[in-house]
Amino acid sequence: MRIALFATCLADAMFPPAAIATVQLLERLGHQVEFPESQTCCGQMHVNTGYLKEATALVRNHVEAFESANCDAVVAPSGSCVGSVRHQHAMVARRAGDEGLAIRAEHLAAKTYELSELLIDVLGIDDVGAYYPHRVTYHPTCHSLRMLGVGDKPLRLLRNVQGLTLVELPEAESCCGFGGTFAIKNSDTSTAMLADKMAHIAETDAEVCSAGDSSCLMHIGGGLSRLRSGVRTVHLAEILAAT
Amino acid sequence: MTTFLGTPGVGNLRGDEPFPAAARTALADSQLRRNIGHATHTIRAKRLNAIRECDDWEQLRAAGSALKQDVMARLPELLEQLEDNVTQRGGVVHWARDGDEANRIVADLIRATGSDEVVKVKSMATQEIGLNEYLEAQGIAAFETDLAELIVQLGHDKPSHILVPAIHRNRAEIREIFTREMPDAGELTDDPRVLAMAARAHLRRKFLTAKVAVSGANFGIAETGTLAVVESEGNGRMCLTLPQTLITVMGIEKVVPTFADLEVFMQLLPRSSTAERMNPYTSMWTGVHPGDGPQEFHLVLLDNGRTRVLADEVGRAALHCIRCSACLNVCPVYERTGGHAYGSVYPGPIGAILSPQLTGTTGHDDPNATLPFASSLCGACFEACPVRIDIPTILVHLRAQQVDQERGTLRGVLFSGQDLAMKAAGWAMSGAGRFSLAEKALAAGRLIAGRDHRISALPWPASKWTASRDIPEPPAETFRQWWNRTHERDRR
Repeated sequence: MRIALFATCLADAMFPPAAIATVQLLERLGHQVEFPESQTCCGQMHVNTGYLKEATALVRNHVEAFESANCDAVVAPSGSCVGSVRHQHAMVARRAGDEGLAIRAEHLAAKTYELSELLIDVLGIDDVGAYYPHRVTYHPTCHSLRMLGVGDKPLRLLRNVQGLTLVELPEAESCCGFGGTFAIKNSDTSTAMLADKMAHIAETDAEVCSAGDSSCLMHIGGGLSRLRSGVRTVHLAEILAAT
Repeated sequence: MTTFLGTPGVGNLRGDEPFPAAARTALADSQLRRNIGHATHTIRAKRLNAIRECDDWEQLRAAGSALKQDVMARLPELLEQLEDNVTQRGGVVHWARDGDEANRIVADLIRATGSDEVVKVKSMATQEIGLNEYLEAQGIAAFETDLAELIVQLGHDKPSHILVPAIHRNRAEIREIFTREMPDAGELTDDPRVLAMAARAHLRRKFLTAKVAVSGANFGIAETGTLAVVESEGNGRMCLTLPQTLITVMGIEKVVPTFADLEVFMQLLPRSSTAERMNPYTSMWTGVHPGDGPQEFHLVLLDNGRTRVLADEVGRAALHCIRCSACLNVCPVYERTGGHAYGSVYPGPIGAILSPQLTGTTGHDDPNATLPFASSLCGACFEACPVRIDIPTILVHLRAQQVDQERGTLRGVLFSGQDLAMKAAGWAMSGAGRFSLAEKALAAGRLIAGRDHRISALPWPASKWTASRDIPEPPAETFRQWWNRTHERDRR
């Protein structure tokens, strides 16, 4: 299958291992990965902060970049960026009065998948042949859970990883407190949410906290790093790509 | 001629300070956090069990949503039908465009009975308009009869939850309030039963002597003119049946078309609010019946900003709310800050979309303008809402309205530097060439990282992040650079 990678701006600029692992995993599984180079950002931060007008240019750029790649599917190692593509892009275009762009965005959204969705729903595999000999707990991320409804797909993939001990995270479905600019605008509340998340991670005795989103991992990892907790944050793609 | 978009809501709908500041105060109260954390976790687990019993829960939610959409689409017609049917059955209908007008109407009606005290059924509408405070200023004493509202009233406090207004109090605090405010109660322990019995004895005297009762309404049925109150304690039933005069204040969005529609809401509401299959007391009354129950019945239909909300195609879904509180109980923000931080009598996710729409906002420093931003958009509220109000989408819609309102104004430009940052980021990210350059600039961040490859202090506003969280140093190679090195070279 020809699969276009939407690396996401955050993974591209700050957390390349998540995007690199996505490429390596899909290539190992025998697929051809394309990286449409004119891609930048889905515009979620702009939309969620109220800058819908500014987001319109980003939506247009995204749609044009991936239309021209002409692939069978688009994959992103991020539940919330896929959530934005699927649930916000057409709305942003319509609000700007561009029905044509909205329809193109809907077509693109229909073949855009978060990594665990692509693997299980499209490619039909839940054992990717990975080996990762560590004690891991998984934070399911709000947008993967509630915007995309990925359910237990990431956990099914992790359970089939050789050597991996999966430990259930207490109150896993609670938000880590990131929320984009929420973490800045409501820094105190965000930190209170993060503190509880970190306490639950500590309860698991895991070496690694994983998730399907670099943004949530940046937040959780930023807190764990500050506390010198010793727990590492690792993207789901990196675990699945490990052999 | 311009379209009438309604008058703004007034009353207890706005706090004194922006949410982030109010939240900071609340977060520092560890007793409050324990009380609310404990209560919300308990009710969350119970609610999940209660809704898992219903195989058709999702269909019920869809039906509730469809019914409310229908109501909003023909609100004027349904309200007139309700007025006709209430009037035909011996009730009197009053229309109040805002809280001030509603308060005056209720006070005049009480005065006309010659009474200077009323008993009250728990009601959000009367909390919203500050009826108790208004009546007190007019020399009329209002006694709350719902146990939690009584705790709030005796504690000279404000409600912090829609359904459980004293959720921020634990039983030791309640014992203290009762001991101080009910001198006749004698020696009290913090056993819930002892406290409930003390309140019961205190209230029973009021029920037997009060001539006038004031209530809200969960539903008003247009087809029959029937009003309904759903409650757990039976105090409402006492108020609705014993006094001579009953005055009901109902928000105009509470009208439902037919009696049969209650079938849907009476399944959705108890399971979502108290996690019960059926609530203990559902009281319904239709007009006046000689020799049975109140002999005078007044219905005050309250707008107080609702017409304003109805005018917004996206935001109007906030009016679908049936006040179950499920969104508060599952909200990670509410769980930490409690209800007072929201300033309004409507706290939590629903309050964050309802309060600013009811009142309108005057600029980003208006406390209500900060409410749509008081969410991480985690979506737990939408998932829990029994009438499927897409709260995250409405929050984003209100954020956009706020940004657009200040667009181009001096105030907007100065708005925390956010405007500039967003525009710069939008420009940099709208083309891959510019984005690639921005990434190179970001690499300069490697210079400020410590020897342990993390950044722990940044200037304002990024200091709001680094106050509690590190940022890793930017990578030596971006993904784009890696791709070019490993993939593009082969293809060229």
